Amino acid sequence: MLQEESDLSLIIAQIVQKLKGSNLYAQLERQAWASLQRPEIKLESLKEDIKEFFKISGWEKKLQNAVYSELSVFPLPSHPAAPPEHLKEPLVYMRKAQGSWEKRILKSLNSMCTELSIPLARKRPVGEQKELLNKWNEMGTDEPDLSLFRPVYAPKDFLEVLINLRNPNYENGDSLSFRTHLGLIQVPLKVKDIPELKEFFVELGLTTGQLGIDDSTQVPPELFENEHVRIGQKVLAEQDSAAAQQYIRQGSPTALRAELWALILNISSQPEDILYYEQLKTNVIQHDLLVDSLIYKDVKLTASNDDYYFVFEDYLYQVLLCFSRDTSVLGHFAYNSASPPKSYIRGKLGLEEYAVFYPPNGVIPFHGFSMYVAPLCFLYHEPSKLYQIFREMYVRFFFRLHSISSHPSGIVSLCLLFETLLQTYLPQLFYHLREIGAQPLRISFKWMVRAFSGYLATDQLLLLWDRILGYNSLEILAVLAAAVFAFRAVNLMEVTSLAAAEAVLADLSTLKVMPLLQIFLFATVT
Amino acid sequence: MAGKVKWVTDIEKSVLINNFEKRGWVQVTENEDWNFYWMSVQTIRNVFSVETGYRLSDDQIVNHFPNHYELTRKDLMVKNIKRYRKELEKEGSPLAEKDENGKYLYLDFVPVTYMLPADYNLFVEEFRKSPSSTWIMKPCGKAQGKGIFLINKLSQIKKWSRDSKTSSFVTQSTKEAYVISLYINNPLLIGGRKFDLRLYVLVSTYRPLRCYMYKLGFCRFCTVKYTPSTSELDNMFVHLTNVAIQKHGEDYNHIHGGKWTVSNLRLYLESTRGKEVTGKLFDEIHWIIVQSLKAVAPVMNNDKHCFECYGYDIIIDDKLKPWLIEVNASPSLTSSTANDRILKYNLINDTLNIAVPNGEIPDCKWNKSPPKEVLGNYEILYDEELAQGDGADRELRNRQGQALGPKGGRSRDSGRTVLTTWK
Repeated sequence: MLQEESDLSLIIAQIVQKLKGSNLYAQLERQAWASLQRPEIKLESLKEDIKEFFKISGWEKKLQNAVYSELSVFPLPSHPAAPPEHLKEPLVYMRKAQGSWEKRILKSLNSMCTELSIPLARKRPVGEQKELLNKWNEMGTDEPDLSLFRPVYAPKDFLEVLINLRNPNYENGDSLSFRTHLGLIQVPLKVKDIPELKEFFVELGLTTGQLGIDDSTQVPPELFENEHVRIGQKVLAEQDSAAAQQYIRQGSPTALRAELWALILNISSQPEDILYYEQLKTNVIQHDLLVDSLIYKDVKLTASNDDYYFVFEDYLYQVLLCFSRDTSVLGHFAYNSASPPKSYIRGKLGLEEYAVFYPPNGVIPFHGFSMYVAPLCFLYHEPSKLYQIFREMYVRFFFRLHSISSHPSGIVSLCLLFETLLQTYLPQLFYHLREIGAQPLRISFKWMVRAFSGYLATDQLLLLWDRILGYNSLEILAVLAAAVFAFRAVNLMEVTSLAAAEAVLADLSTLKVMPLLQIFLFATVT
Repeated sequence: MAGKVKWVTDIEKSVLINNFEKRGWVQVTENEDWNFYWMSVQTIRNVFSVETGYRLSDDQIVNHFPNHYELTRKDLMVKNIKRYRKELEKEGSPLAEKDENGKYLYLDFVPVTYMLPADYNLFVEEFRKSPSSTWIMKPCGKAQGKGIFLINKLSQIKKWSRDSKTSSFVTQSTKEAYVISLYINNPLLIGGRKFDLRLYVLVSTYRPLRCYMYKLGFCRFCTVKYTPSTSELDNMFVHLTNVAIQKHGEDYNHIHGGKWTVSNLRLYLESTRGKEVTGKLFDEIHWIIVQSLKAVAPVMNNDKHCFECYGYDIIIDDKLKPWLIEVNASPSLTSSTANDRILKYNLINDTLNIAVPNGEIPDCKWNKSPPKEVLGNYEILYDEELAQGDGADRELRNRQGQALGPKGGRSRDSGRTVLTTWK
């Protein structure tokens, strides 16, 4: 009991510390001072009266939302004396693996730089600045020569690294037993099994209404949809993050989704936020970064060719170019196992005073990165809001999909969860695929790294991402991946090669995610 | 009843031919005994022309109505709609109600249009009222965006002035007839780009009116960002959404072809604008299609050997008001992308299932009421017979002061087959 209490007080202290530096704190202070003018605030009961005022005026709600937001990314409780690396990643071998992976990426980036004789960063001449400013809304029509650029890495390169991860302290002997894991991931992390998943995802159960199932055309809206929409409107009126998060587990009505996501992510477009975005835009105009070309290339290769997202190509540049220059993103490295790459001013290699983070936000984009932003364009058409939402989604969720860590929502755990689910509940299929050289993870990895963006139809993808936000976890990606395999099991049992298996699973655009998830979790005999 | 359907076509497109072949139909030439002829608009003129026309027998079906041009020629469409509106006004119908500015409340869905050179003076009067407006000139008889240009000065269309000294017999002939419409310079933009909607509507009979809407319409995007700036009035890549034009643009992409499904559009609008206004928009789109068909129904030769699949072009402005731009009798069956091919193949498939029941030799005396199962991706847009059975005053209740959204009057892309009960 005592331990829990002291853990709690530590967490409270840390959150208070974090929020003290935030804009909300300044606003609350201002509000408190202003409230002294009000007749109901009396000197004798100052503290209670101000608290009451905050409650009535909705400021307490805002504070609650902010605290809730912090809690969502707060690392799991750890020993108070744990060094900061432990917050990033408690397991040493994982940290080491992440470190070497980063070194490789940086090396690749630097060598591309040298090969092409392009500086990592340069200031744009005034003429070029003007041109870019004019073209800001249609950067997609720019056709810089990108043929020499290659993405720094693709998901399959990352998969190879994960496959080779080993825990040096773990020895499971050479003999195969029924407990041997037959998949590609060979590290002993705890993952949930179906009974635990059923408990975790209890709101997805058969007896609970869902959007994505119970709003289909055959179901009269009076049964579920209308009431659900009504509750959603109420949640929005209350502006309560926690309630929104609970509500969205059953899916979000399309008309309310943009606001609900903003509420859950605690994004409100303040003038300061818009100014901040404009500042980033100015940075983009003034300086050209090598990663910009990588971003261009990625958008041109992925989103521009996508049936759903090609329309928003220009928004993607506006978001991603600013994103690379946003140093506030560096904050998330406190709980990300990754660390931002460091670069040195020319000629000052190794001298810490001349070290800078490169790119400024510490995130090197890889092939498919722009697909994290693309679906959001269906919800937000105001660039600064779109930007904020994406940034928050990234520092809460997406970063976990391409860094090596032991976190339950980290990509390693997701891969392990996927493979374990398949091996345990679809052993025949798993064994068959393995025998023909088509390890299932090789196919599903790219789906999970991209959180299924670009593979599912947009309306289905948004229903899936509703649940990511609702459960504050990415585990649903692994469950969905397994459910897809279960759905196409009959065809997969007949294939005899990896290529044929890929073909069976090439087109997911007709899938309906919620029925698949429900059947896999709640209606399959285990 | 035994014997396979014999088909002919003068349009060599695989989406057609594959559909005929998969039904086991037999290809013949037009001089032989045929049952089904998918013809181009030139051919239909011959079939029904007074000199060379031939009488169709009961087991022959064609894919055009003899005088489809009442709907599909730009000038005649506008004429018929104007006539229809005046008629409704005369009989005091609530549909013809106008607002305080004299604009029709429910029937204002075609941009202000004049025929040139016939209405030149009327046009000039209108132009002078708002001299900064932009107008679009379209040749009456052409398609695929050919010959279209934008003007914002009277001098640009001097040729069509009736008093013009340079006018000659040539400009008076119907070949050079143009319509000039107020250009919608505030189109709804998505991703900064202009787009229009292409919707397919199948009409099996005009009297009683029975029409079906294909659920899988699509949006056609321009490859270039929209700007109303006068310096770009000549840039057709900014203004004209026809694929025939856009595919010559530098940025044309062959994978998605600049097309979006209507369900994407719906998702985007519901997410960014809300469900009610989106529902209202789609209801209005259905409304204007039905009204346009009703407008031409009285003058249409309702030949029982005919059915027709129209391509409706609709533009949505930034106030979410849909405008009918034109109706095509021969919507393109060319496929610009893989998805396109699948869509058009299925379109023809579903069309044939409705027009030629059971794929057997047709008998045009049948009641043209296919069972629900064969509709495929079509849904009933309007069925006059059924609507009349529901009582005449339902219309008034639906219309007065209420967004069109009750269960009886709503058509959703997600597939509810719904009857519209307007009259």
